[in-house]
This record gives sequence, structure tokens and C-alpha cells, in this order.
Amino acid sequence: MIRFLAKGLWRDPTRSLFPFLTVTTGAMVTVLMQTYLAGISSNLSWSSARFSSGHVKVISRAAAKAGDRASNELALAGVNQLLEGLRRDAPDLAWAPRIRFGGLIDVPDDQGLTKAQAPVAGLGVELIRADAPDRPVLALESAIVRGRAPVAPGEALISEDLARHLNIGPGAKATLIGSTMHGAMATANFTIAGTLRFGVRAMDRGTMVADIRDIQRALEMDDAAGELLGFYPDTLYRRAAAESTADSFNARHARDADEFGPTMVAMSRLPGIVEFLDLTDRVSVGIVAAFTFVMSIVLWNAGLIGTLRRYGEIGVRLAFGEDKGRLYRAMLLESLLIGLVGSVVGTLLALGPAYWLQSRGWDIGYMMQNASLMIQTVIRAQITPATFVIGFLPGLLATGIGTAVSGRGIYNRQTASLMKELEV
Amino acid sequence: MTTPSESPLIRTRDLVKAYPMEQGRLVALNRVNLTFEKGEFAGLVGPSGSGKTTLLNIVGSLDQPTEGSAEVLGHRIETLSHAEAAELRSRHIGFIFQTHNLFPVYTVFENVEFPLLVLGMPAALRTQAVRDALDWVKLGDRANSKPAQLSGGQSQRVAIARAIVKRPALVLADEPTANLDAENSRRILETMVQLNRDLQTTFLFATHDDKVIRHLRRTIRLNDGSVVADTSTEPTPQLAGYRP
Repeated sequence: MIRFLAKGLWRDPTRSLFPFLTVTTGAMVTVLMQTYLAGISSNLSWSSARFSSGHVKVISRAAAKAGDRASNELALAGVNQLLEGLRRDAPDLAWAPRIRFGGLIDVPDDQGLTKAQAPVAGLGVELIRADAPDRPVLALESAIVRGRAPVAPGEALISEDLARHLNIGPGAKATLIGSTMHGAMATANFTIAGTLRFGVRAMDRGTMVADIRDIQRALEMDDAAGELLGFYPDTLYRRAAAESTADSFNARHARDADEFGPTMVAMSRLPGIVEFLDLTDRVSVGIVAAFTFVMSIVLWNAGLIGTLRRYGEIGVRLAFGEDKGRLYRAMLLESLLIGLVGSVVGTLLALGPAYWLQSRGWDIGYMMQNASLMIQTVIRAQITPATFVIGFLPGLLATGIGTAVSGRGIYNRQTASLMKELEV
Repeated sequence: MTTPSESPLIRTRDLVKAYPMEQGRLVALNRVNLTFEKGEFAGLVGPSGSGKTTLLNIVGSLDQPTEGSAEVLGHRIETLSHAEAAELRSRHIGFIFQTHNLFPVYTVFENVEFPLLVLGMPAALRTQAVRDALDWVKLGDRANSKPAQLSGGQSQRVAIARAIVKRPALVLADEPTANLDAENSRRILETMVQLNRDLQTTFLFATHDDKVIRHLRRTIRLNDGSVVADTSTEPTPQLAGYRP
């Protein structure tokens, strides 16, 4: 009987083509919207990831406990060995050690006396190594306003706003005055290689970026770092994978009871970010629900028209002893078959552009040349495991609901009237 | 579902079918008592509104009586559920309608095959049964044609093949020649008479077409829902050689 129904669907385009096109379009749009929203979500959370949280972050348990109040006294030790382990166990992530520090930046005059001074919030990152992951993560080259990126030890970058405040530029000498991880006073001299602007207000006020080796030396943090950030190279956040990586890492280090031992936190588990990611998930669900609802109404109407067109056929089938329930189920099966094929085709059609948007992105920078908003100018989609199934929800649900509602007429049809009705 | 062999094929007792109206009720069948034996070639005749189709509906388990009883192949129609009635129709009753009502997207073969699919018959048996049925109606060479490629008479012969392919004990035909010319009507009736003879299939018609009435061996005349005459006749001269 299934073959019989399938033949009918195949041979009668008016029975299958409109629902098929509706389902295909709906599934395609749903999949595209889901990948686009996932990409937007990743792009928006990227700002937080690149400056603060990473996609995952390894810190000491003590630092995790202290939260925002953590200082370098609670930094991770044995970082080189930790990094080796992380690069081996989580090779899909690029690992970047960082040290955050605070202090004063002092600019001397020709006599070595203080000419200008200002507080800085500093960031020690791998700057000099050519393949250091933080160079693309922080997009240093494009953030530089004047000068160049550091190429040798002892060179640093400061924010353009700070440079203007201090009235210095590239080539100027400056001294960082801070404290070591043990609480003693620390000083280190730097040459300002360039100035930068990230486009994020919090980072552009008074920031200093220096090579992590210089900062380790200055703050007596040999083989130590405040945090090890892990990034997916394509900048897209993979929530399930990140959380799984964090769980595995923490399980491996569970027996180490040292309060300075490492713990890994996935970005999606950080306060504030989890709510944002959940919100985008809910928006995705809302879009799928809306599409399912609209498609159900369209397919309900298509089902009604189809039932009217097939009034004679349904009458004959009832007269020949096909039970109403069986006929109803057969119609549901027909529509679910259309829903299944339409969902597969719609998903496949959407995966092409979604993959292109994920891998290549759509650069809208030319539209935003004079914009003051500092947002990523490359729109990216993100294909997630949900992408492969989400199109089937509206595809199958809408055809099922549409046919279930329109097919109720079969139950309301009086078999006693069949003879009359079939006398056309 | 089995067919008891001893009892008549159809028996109605004080059969009443009434429809509620705003004032009172419309009586479509009024205490009809009839018995049909296996192999009969009988017709319900009478003017429009006389109750022919209503009686055919009840005998075909498409409707239920208001009062009295209708026993078809040992089954009390008034006690059957929807599913049981559908089961009775699928196994034992074939229908021929005024128009052929073939499924336009399926071939002749597939149209005739449909009642066997409802029965869940295995494919090999189905194929043989469909070929036999098409041979009976002399359309074996049109198995792969679509209904649109057939004439009106050929389409109605396919509808007959569809009705008898499962070898039903009873075929109910409601004005089967109403849309056919005299020549096609004659061919259709010859086919049905031959099937009645060869397969012992009982045919019960609802008709007011003289072309059909001439071929009936038993004529039950209805008027205002009551049986006013029940007569048996000899086969027509055109069907000489036919023996019931």
C-alpha cells in the first residue's frame, strides 16, 4: 500500500508539489535562520571571548573562587607543562597564555624625570612569536592606529587614548610600575612600538599590551600565567564541545586537591554569557515554532484543497472497505513522506549557503566604512549539530498537523452518502 | 469474517429507514421484507425517491436501518461497527457506481488492484487476480493504460473489474449504465451477466434504466419506500444460451 501511495504522490504533482515546495522552503529558511543566529550568537560572544573569557579558560581554582577579585597571587604555575598537555588533549583549540596586570605607566623626560603618568590595565600576551594565536585573536594588526606591532622583547603597545593622554607616540620610552605576583614592587622599561584601538570602550581607555615573556620577567611570574585561554580557530563558539572539553579536563584534574591546581571553565558557564547564549537558543526555538505554525496553516489549507480534489478517490476507498482510520493514517503517511523528503531537500539546500557563510563569511565592511559602531564586519553562520535536524521539526510537524486537521473531514464524512456523492 | 452457506445471502425484515425532519420524519424505506439467494441477478427499480439507493446503502453496509434488520452474508448490519462494516465491504461486497470513479493517476491494472491492497493480499496472488479480472472484462491489453486513455464504456468495464477482482459474493451497482450509450450499456450488461453465470456472483442493481431492467431475472419495484412488486423474469433473447 505504501508503494501505491508513493506512486500516486509521484505521478500527481498537484498532490505533492505544493506541500513539497512549502516544506522545502520552510525547512531551508529555518536551517538558514538557525545557522545565521548561531553565527550571530558566536560573533557577539566573540568580543567577550577574545578579551576576557576565551571559548574556554584555564585558571587556578583559587582564582576561580575569587572571581573578579583574583590577582596574580592566584596565578597558575607550571604553565609550559599545562600548555603541552592542553595542546595534546584539546588540539581543536588554540591555546594562549595571558597575564592581566595593573599599575602605573610613567613617561620620563630627557633628564629621566617623570613627564607624565597614568594608571594602566595591562595584558601580557604572546606577541613576538609569529604564529602566536593571540595575534589573530586580538586582531592586533588591524587594531594598530600608529606605529607597528612589537617584534622584539621590551616593546609594547598602548591604547591610542592613553597615548594621547600621555602625549607620546611610537618610539617613546615608558616605565611600568606594578607589583610582582608575590606582592613586591616591580618596574620594567618598555619602548612604545605603536598605539592601538580595539573598538571596545573598556579596552581602549588605558590599556597596555606587552609580550608575556616581558611581563613574566617584570612580575616575577616565571612559568606562570594568570589564565590560559582556548579559542576555536574559526572564532565560532561550540557550546557542547567546549563544555565537554572543560568537563573532561576537570575530571582529569579532580584528584589534584591543590587550591592552585587548574580548573577549566567554558564560556557558556560564565555568568552573563550563559543567559545571552540561552536567549539566542530561545530565539531559535521561537523562529522554528513560528515557521512550524505558519507552515501548518499553509499545509492545512493545501490539505483541505487536496482532500476536496480527491473527494471521489476517498469516497471510492471508503466504499471499497478501507477503514476511516486506515485512510486517515494513509493520508498522514503520505504527508509525512512529503515532509520527510521536503525536509531533507530543504536542509541540503540550506547547508550550502550556510557552509559558505561559515567558512568564508560575508564581509559587509564596505557598507560600514564610516560607521562608529565597533562590531565585526564579517557576518558568519555557524553549522551546529542542531542544524542537521532543526529543519525536520517544521517539515514533519507542519505536514503532520496540517494533514491531521484537514483530514478530520474524513471522519465527518457520512458513508451513507457515498453512493450519491459518487454519482458525478 | 466468514460467510455462512445455509442462510440466504441477504434478508431484510421489517426494514425501516427514516430521516428526521423539522416536522416529523421522512420515511425512505417502509417495512421492507426481502430475501436474495446466492447467484441472483436482481434489480431494485422505481422512480427517484422510491428508496432504491437507500436500500442499496444498507445492504452495502454503508448505512444502518432505523428499525428492523438487514442480514447480509450472515452479518446483522444494524449491529456492525464502522470498522466491521468496512471489513464486510472489503471482503465480500463490490460496488459499481453511476460513473466509473477510477483513480486518474493510476493505471488500469493499479485501479483494479486497489481492493486487493485493502485486503492485504500477497503480490503474486494480486497480479494473477487482476489479470483474470481484466480478461473477464476483455481489457487485458489495456492494463497499462491510464483512465483518461479509455472510452466511457471501457472505463466502466474497468470499474466492473475492480468490483469483482476480489471475487465478492455480492456486487451492488447503482445506475451503472446511466452515463453510457445503448451499445456500451449492452456490452456492460453482457459482461455482468457472464460474471454472474461464471462466478456465481450475486448482482443487485438500483436502476430505472429500461436497458438494465430488460436483463434482470428478478425485479423488485419500489414506490415511496415500499415494495409494490417482486417479479421474476426470463433472460433476454440477446443473452440466449445463458442458464442461471
